[in-house]
Amino acid sequence: MTAVDLGPAHAVLEDMAPVDHGHAIPLLQNIQESYGYLPREVLLELSSETGIPASHLFGLATFYAQFYLEEHGRHTVRVCRGTACHVRGRKIIQEAIDEELGIGPGETTEDRRFSLETVACVGTCFLAPVVMIDHDYFGNFDPKKVGEIIGGYE
Amino acid sequence: MPEQPPPEMVTISLDGQEIEVPQGEYIIKAAEDQGTYIPRFCYHSRMKPVGLCRMCLVEVETPRGRILTTACNTPVAPEMIVDTESAVVQKAQEGILEFLLINHPLDCPVCDKGGECPLQDQTVAYGPGESRFVEEKRHFEKPIPLSDIVLMDRERCILCARCTRFSEEVSGDPLIEFVGRGNQTHVITFPDEPFASYFSGNTVQICPVGALTAKPYRFKARPWDLEAIESVSMVDASGASISIETSQNEVVRINGVDNDATNHGWLSDKDRFVFQAIHSENRLATPLIRDDAGDLQPASWGDALDRVADALGSVRGDEVASIGGANNTNEEAFALGKFLRTVVVTPHIDAQVGDALNPEFLAGVTPRAEIGDLDGAATILVWAGDLKEEFPTLFLRVRHAVTQMGAKLIVVHPRRTGLDNIAAEKITYRPGEGPEVVRKLTAQGDQDYGAVRDLLTAGPVIALVGLTGRAEDPRLAEAVAAYALGLPGSKVLPLARRANVFGALDMGLAPTLLPGRVPVKSESGRAELESHWGPLPGEAGLDTAGIIAGLAAGDLKALLLVGADPVRDGRNPDAVRAALDAAEFVVSLDMFLNDSNQQASVILPVDGFAETEGTVTNIEGRVQKVNRILPGPGQSRALWSILDELSSRMGGQLGAGDGPAIAKEIALVAPAYRSMTWDRLEWGPERDGVVMPDRDGVQELRFVPDDSGLRPTAGRLALHSGRVLYDGGTRNTQSPALAGLTPDPAVYLHPRDASALALADGQEVDVAGEFGTVRLRLELDPSLAEGSAYVPANLDSTWVLGVPDVVTVEAQSSKGKKNEKKKGKKKGAGE
Repeated sequence: MTAVDLGPAHAVLEDMAPVDHGHAIPLLQNIQESYGYLPREVLLELSSETGIPASHLFGLATFYAQFYLEEHGRHTVRVCRGTACHVRGRKIIQEAIDEELGIGPGETTEDRRFSLETVACVGTCFLAPVVMIDHDYFGNFDPKKVGEIIGGYE
Repeated sequence: MPEQPPPEMVTISLDGQEIEVPQGEYIIKAAEDQGTYIPRFCYHSRMKPVGLCRMCLVEVETPRGRILTTACNTPVAPEMIVDTESAVVQKAQEGILEFLLINHPLDCPVCDKGGECPLQDQTVAYGPGESRFVEEKRHFEKPIPLSDIVLMDRERCILCARCTRFSEEVSGDPLIEFVGRGNQTHVITFPDEPFASYFSGNTVQICPVGALTAKPYRFKARPWDLEAIESVSMVDASGASISIETSQNEVVRINGVDNDATNHGWLSDKDRFVFQAIHSENRLATPLIRDDAGDLQPASWGDALDRVADALGSVRGDEVASIGGANNTNEEAFALGKFLRTVVVTPHIDAQVGDALNPEFLAGVTPRAEIGDLDGAATILVWAGDLKEEFPTLFLRVRHAVTQMGAKLIVVHPRRTGLDNIAAEKITYRPGEGPEVVRKLTAQGDQDYGAVRDLLTAGPVIALVGLTGRAEDPRLAEAVAAYALGLPGSKVLPLARRANVFGALDMGLAPTLLPGRVPVKSESGRAELESHWGPLPGEAGLDTAGIIAGLAAGDLKALLLVGADPVRDGRNPDAVRAALDAAEFVVSLDMFLNDSNQQASVILPVDGFAETEGTVTNIEGRVQKVNRILPGPGQSRALWSILDELSSRMGGQLGAGDGPAIAKEIALVAPAYRSMTWDRLEWGPERDGVVMPDRDGVQELRFVPDDSGLRPTAGRLALHSGRVLYDGGTRNTQSPALAGLTPDPAVYLHPRDASALALADGQEVDVAGEFGTVRLRLELDPSLAEGSAYVPANLDSTWVLGVPDVVTVEAQSSKGKKNEKKKGKKKGAGE
C-alpha cells in the first residue's frame, strides 16, 4: 500500500478551521472532493487533528451512500432507477453503459476513469430516463449515444 | 455523600395509583423506585437515556389524548397519568419484541447469555409468543474479535447502543460505533483499530444480549450453575464493589456491582480479569524451606513453622523487621501488626514498599474527602499519578464529576494523563520541580497559572493528592495537600496505590502508627493499647528504606516479607538484593515466587483474593466487606492462622484463631474502628461500606500537612517513573487475559531533548541511572516536560533501572550513532 499524501487533508482542515464534531459531514465531503474517496490514513489523521473519534467518522462514512472508503473512479456515472426512469427504459440504458464501461454497478474501471452506480431518484423525473456523470445531467438519455457521452470525460 | 437539597416531589398516577416522585425523574426510574418494572434494553441507570430500543413504551395521557411514549427519556410532570400495562402498551411491547427478534438468532442454547439474558427474559414476559417473520435473518461472520479480550457476534446485536454509549460517555474512549445503515447496521471498531479500552469489559456486562462476550468467560459456565458472592476489588485502593462468580470451585467471572459510593458498577478490565492469577499453576501451594545446598524444597507446615519460630526467636525482637501487608485484609494486617508488636516485639513495620507516602498523611489528613464529594465539587485538583493507569474506577468517577456534574478539572503531572482531554487546565512540570509549582500557585500576584488560581478559588475544591511517579519526593504530596487545604471549602483525598494500603496503615502496619489511626508517639494512645496488649515498643520503627539499610548494615537480622517484592519495588534493586543476602533469615508469606522471595529461607503459601474473608479500607477510609468463595490451593493457609500458630510456637498468645475474633478485637483496640462489625456491612444501607471513624469511632491522628520547604531538584534528564495499569507485576503476568496487554517497554523523551542528544524516534538507546542501565526503544513524546525522561515503572525490563533521580540516554553504540538519523526508525521497528 502506498502512503497517502496528507497535504490536501491539512489544506481542507485549514480551510474549514475550526472543525468540531458538528462539521463532520461537510469535512468528509470536502475530503472526498480532494481525494476522490476517504482514505483510511486520512480518516485517522482527521480524527487526531479534530478530536472527532475515528469510529464516528467511519460510522458516518458507512451510513451515507455518498462516501467511498475505497479508491473511486475519476468520474462517477449514476444511472437513475427511479420509477419514471424505470418505465422509460432505464434497463436498456443500464445494459448499454455496462457494456461500454465493461463494469457493473458498484464497480470501478481498471483505469480508474469511471465508477458506476445506480441511484434511486435524482429528482428530475421530467427528463427521464436520466443518467448523471459527476454533476452533469443527461436527460431523455439515448442508449445509442453512450459512447459519445462517455468519451467526453477523461 | 455530599449534602444535596431534597428534590421537589410531584404526584403522578402510575397504573391508577397515586405516587410521589422527584420532579424531573424519568418515568422508567420513578416507576422502578416504586416497584413497577418497565421492560427496557437500551436504558441504563448510569448513562443518559436515548429512547432507542422502544421496549419501554408506556401510555401517557396528554391534552391530545393517550399516547405511547418511551418511559426512559420522558420526565415525570405534575398530575401525569401513566399506564404501563394497558392493552395498547402490551400490544406495543409484543410488536417491539417481534421486530427485535426478526434478526436475532435464537441460538440461546449455545449462547453465554442464555439464562441471564434480558432479551430472553423479556420475550418470555412480554413477547408475543410467536413470530410472523419467515424470511431469512441477516448474517454476519461470527464472532469477530474487537480486541484481545472482547468478541462481537453482530447477529445477536439488537442495536441498543449501550456499549457505544458507555465507551463515549462513561469511559471516554469511543472506539466502537454503529456502522452501515438499515438492516446492515452493526457495531464495530474503525477498521484494524482494536477496542483497546481499559474498560472494555463493562460493555460485555451491560450488553442485554449475547453479542459481546469476553474471552475469559466464553463457554466456561451456564449462569444457573454459577455461585456468586459480593466482595471488593483488590486491584487498587478505590474499593470497587464486585461480584465474584465461580463454577466448580473456580472463579470464572467478575462483574461490577453498582455501589453509589465507589464504582457506580463499573470496573477496569484489570479489576475484571485479574482473578485468573489465583488459579495460576505458579501459585505456591506448599511451604518451602531452603536446604543446605541452597535449593527451595517442599516441606510440611510443622517443619516450616518450627524453622520460622526458631529463627525469629533466636534474635532480639528489634532485630526483626517486616515489609508488606498492604494487599491483605484489615484482619490479616491487624494480626500481623499484633504479632510483630507483641510476640516478636519489634517496631520495624512497614506496609508500604518503594513508593511510600508519609503514613500519618495517608491515614490522618483532615478534612478528608469522600469519592462522592467529587460530584458536588466546583473544582477538582488532581496532582497524583495518572488515574487512568493507577486508579481506573476513580478515573471514571472524576470523569463523571467533570462531564456530567460540571466540575472544573485541573491536572498537574509531568506528562499527559488520561484526564487531560477533559481538564480545564493542565500544568506539566519536570519531575523534581513540583515545589516550584506549589510556590508559584501560592504566591500572590504571580503571573503564571492565573487561570488555575482563579478556578481554585472557586470552591468547593476536592484535591486528589498522591505521588505522580516513583521518583517524586514523597514530601511533595504533603506540600500540595497543605496548599490545597488552604483553598476555599477544600478537602483532600490522599491516594496510595496498593489495594488495602489504607487498611494496613489503619491497622498499624507503619513504623509510626498503632491500630486505629493512633500515632506511636501518642503516650495516651499507646497506654490505651498497652492496657490490652501489654508493654509495647515506645519508639517509632524503621520504614522500608531504613529496614533495607539496617539489614545491609547488620543491625537487623531477620525479615518478614508479606506479599511484598522490594527488589522490584525498591529504589535500588541491587541494594535490596544485597540487603536480603545480608539478612540471616528471610521468611516470605506470599502467593507467588518473586524477585525478592527467591532468596528467602522459608516461603509460606497464603490464601489470597476470593479465598479470605474480612474487611478492607479504601482511599476514603471506607470499610467494606470482602468475602471468601473458594479455598486456597493445596496447603495454602490464611495469613492470620499462620501467624496464630507461629505465635504459640514462640510462646505468645495472638488470639487470632478466626476472622470474626480478630474483627472484634479491632473494634475493641483500634479507636477509629470502634463501632465496626462485619454484620453492619453484610446487609442494609451500609453494604456500600462505612467511612471510619463513625458513631463511637475516635480518630486521634489529625495530620496537618505542611510545605516542609522542599527544594526543587533540577537535573537533566529528570526521571519520571510513572505506573501503567498492565505492568509486569505478578498478578498481571499470571492472568492470561492481561499478560499480553503489557505495553512494550520504552523510554520517552521530549522531541527537543531527543534532537539535542541527536537521537531519533524508534532508536534503541541505553538509559542509565545511579542504580542500573537498561536498553530501551526511544519514543518521542511532546507531552513531557522538557528535560525529563519517562520510563514506565515495573515493566519486565524497566525495573532494573530502579528509581534514580536523573538518567542519561545514549545511543547504544557508536555505529548506531552514525546511522541513527536515517535508520533509527526502521531499526527500532524491526526489533
